[in-house]
Amino acid sequence: MALIEVQNITKIFGSAPKKQLAKVKEGMGKEQLLAETGHTLGLHDVSLSIEKGEIFVIMGLSGSGKSTLIRHFNRLIDPTDGHILVDGVDVMGFSIKELEEFRRHRMSMVFQRFGLMPHRTVLKNVAYGLEVQGKAKAEREKVAREWIDTVGLSGFEEQYPSQLSGGMQQRVGLARALATDADILLMDEAFSALDPLIRSQMQDQLVELQEKLHKTIVFITHDLDEALRIGDKIAILKDGVLSQVGTPPEILLEPADDYVRAFVRDVNRARVLTVGTVMQPPVMRITHDNMEKALADMRRYDEDFGYVVENKEYRGVVTQEALEEEIAKPGDSPSLYTFADDSNAVELECTLEAALPATLEAECPVAVVDEDGHLKGVLSAEGMGSVLISPDGDKFDQGEKDVSEGGAKKDKPILKEAS
Amino acid sequence: MEFNVFPNFGKPIKDGVNQFVEYLVVNYGDATEAFSDSLLYFLVKLERLLRGTDPIYILVIVALIAYVASRKISLSLLVVAGMWFIGAIGLWSQAMQTVAILLVAVFISIVIGIPLGVISARADRFRALLNPVLDLMQTIPSFVYLIPAAMLFGLGKVPAILATVIYAVPPLIRLTDLGIRHVDSAVVEASRAFGATRGQILRDVQIPLALPSIMQGINQTLMMALAMVVIASMIGARGVGETVLLGLQRNDAGTGLLGGMAIVVLAVVFDRITQAAGQRMQAHRKVTG
Repeated sequence: MALIEVQNITKIFGSAPKKQLAKVKEGMGKEQLLAETGHTLGLHDVSLSIEKGEIFVIMGLSGSGKSTLIRHFNRLIDPTDGHILVDGVDVMGFSIKELEEFRRHRMSMVFQRFGLMPHRTVLKNVAYGLEVQGKAKAEREKVAREWIDTVGLSGFEEQYPSQLSGGMQQRVGLARALATDADILLMDEAFSALDPLIRSQMQDQLVELQEKLHKTIVFITHDLDEALRIGDKIAILKDGVLSQVGTPPEILLEPADDYVRAFVRDVNRARVLTVGTVMQPPVMRITHDNMEKALADMRRYDEDFGYVVENKEYRGVVTQEALEEEIAKPGDSPSLYTFADDSNAVELECTLEAALPATLEAECPVAVVDEDGHLKGVLSAEGMGSVLISPDGDKFDQGEKDVSEGGAKKDKPILKEAS
Repeated sequence: MEFNVFPNFGKPIKDGVNQFVEYLVVNYGDATEAFSDSLLYFLVKLERLLRGTDPIYILVIVALIAYVASRKISLSLLVVAGMWFIGAIGLWSQAMQTVAILLVAVFISIVIGIPLGVISARADRFRALLNPVLDLMQTIPSFVYLIPAAMLFGLGKVPAILATVIYAVPPLIRLTDLGIRHVDSAVVEASRAFGATRGQILRDVQIPLALPSIMQGINQTLMMALAMVVIASMIGARGVGETVLLGLQRNDAGTGLLGGMAIVVLAVVFDRITQAAGQRMQAHRKVTG
């Protein structure tokens, strides 16, 4: 069972939300509910499963209910209907005392507007969660200093939040959340108030920290690029209803509806998709070092290239033409393993953007290898082109569109950057 | 039978209130007297202390308080000059009596006002009930409640203090309420998200962040209490108010003016010190980001 199970959460805002629940369950929409009853439908029948250790991103535009949803996890907002189970225990069943204990030890939170206490120093802000837990002063300040160091704010312990920049304030917020040692971290548009450069630094820092800490992170954002960059899984929320839940490649390559499609259209796919998601199986795999036999096989199957593999390990690619020339030469032919050209191979985890130069230079599809050097598939320029084209199909690629629009977008044209 | 547009409500109200006050005096006279005595005990001690201490020490202490509140030498000099002036016009002893009454009245106002302000900030219904009462306390002429107060507590300082508290406590309640309501909700939410109890949120976030506003309330309370000293002197409270009253009764404009000047100087001294303290509390209390 997943660590966090969100089950059919519905939230209606208004004077008597419970009374309107039946209407919503019968399928009354947001606009109709507002017009007829004056109640706002915040969330409608949202269900999610969040696994331990993953970064789960909930994405949506303002008004989509994403901030409302994340506040249900630690019950800063109570749902009108539905349940949230953490480790199989229903959070909705908690008494006030149990809820406070739960918030102190299981879930901590980072806020869009930081939520720091302006009258406390950085040190005392970071130590706050531990103070609420009832830890002794010496102990909580020791832990707080360690986290301040981890987020790179050593030397600022005695400063007040107003003396720090936005990015530094959010590091304080992050340190405060991490200091409680809660295994679940809720991040409500944590980086949205920061300027782009600081934001991407913070994203990197979060991903880096996560590799060490293995927390379960629920991350809210309105920025799809951010979602794709840090998310293991992404849920897309629209008007309080889930549009799609999936991994970044699933969202990009198989958008569930027009809303998601419109979202992903402007994404720089080359930067998000990895080679592994678009490679194809190698057509011709040669597992011996006999040149004549290899040439004969290639002729028989009418293939121009073959991928040479020795004990599962990729050794290089050979063309029919090169083999013919080599065999025609006088003297002993070298081993096929050493003859094969292994200069062009890309790694499985590599983004398409990074793989693009190799793919365009090579005359044949480029071999894709995993970290052990095993051949996993091949990547052709055509295959790559087909996924880089937007789902609505009429745009050739991101680069061309950007140029025609005056290059105002922050993503640079792929073709230029690749060169 | 002739129809009268105005039925006579006045008589039953008047008689009812009179009977009620009489009932209180007869049945609870001992209790109110005991309360009155204990309050008087502290008041007299404080007054003796202030009047018995060499004025030089008082001037030094006032200068120190002003410095601690503002960290400015200039303010210390200003308040010392003011207090010295009061002594120089021959009203030192009366001023100390007034200060004693003020301090006790403001202390009682704080003890009552801040908790009521906190409750009012947290409970909208309580606030809705409290608001008209506060309006009444601020608008009803003080003589109206001075009469029963004097009957219950006897003439002198105690009813004067009670009248002062009734008049001076509403701004403190309102400003405490306002201060807590205006605390950035994001900070309160963050505190909640970390599992803080209501009491912890109040202690760690709401009160500290509302302090500048509460300090403003204390300042207002002090100013309004000073405005009551002349009226208080009419029911037997001694002090600079009495000097003004004497001037009025004897048709002696000069004496009246001296008393008035002493009141103004005291107001300036208290105002500057509490304002400076409030200003220093503003530091690091604004949410940025």
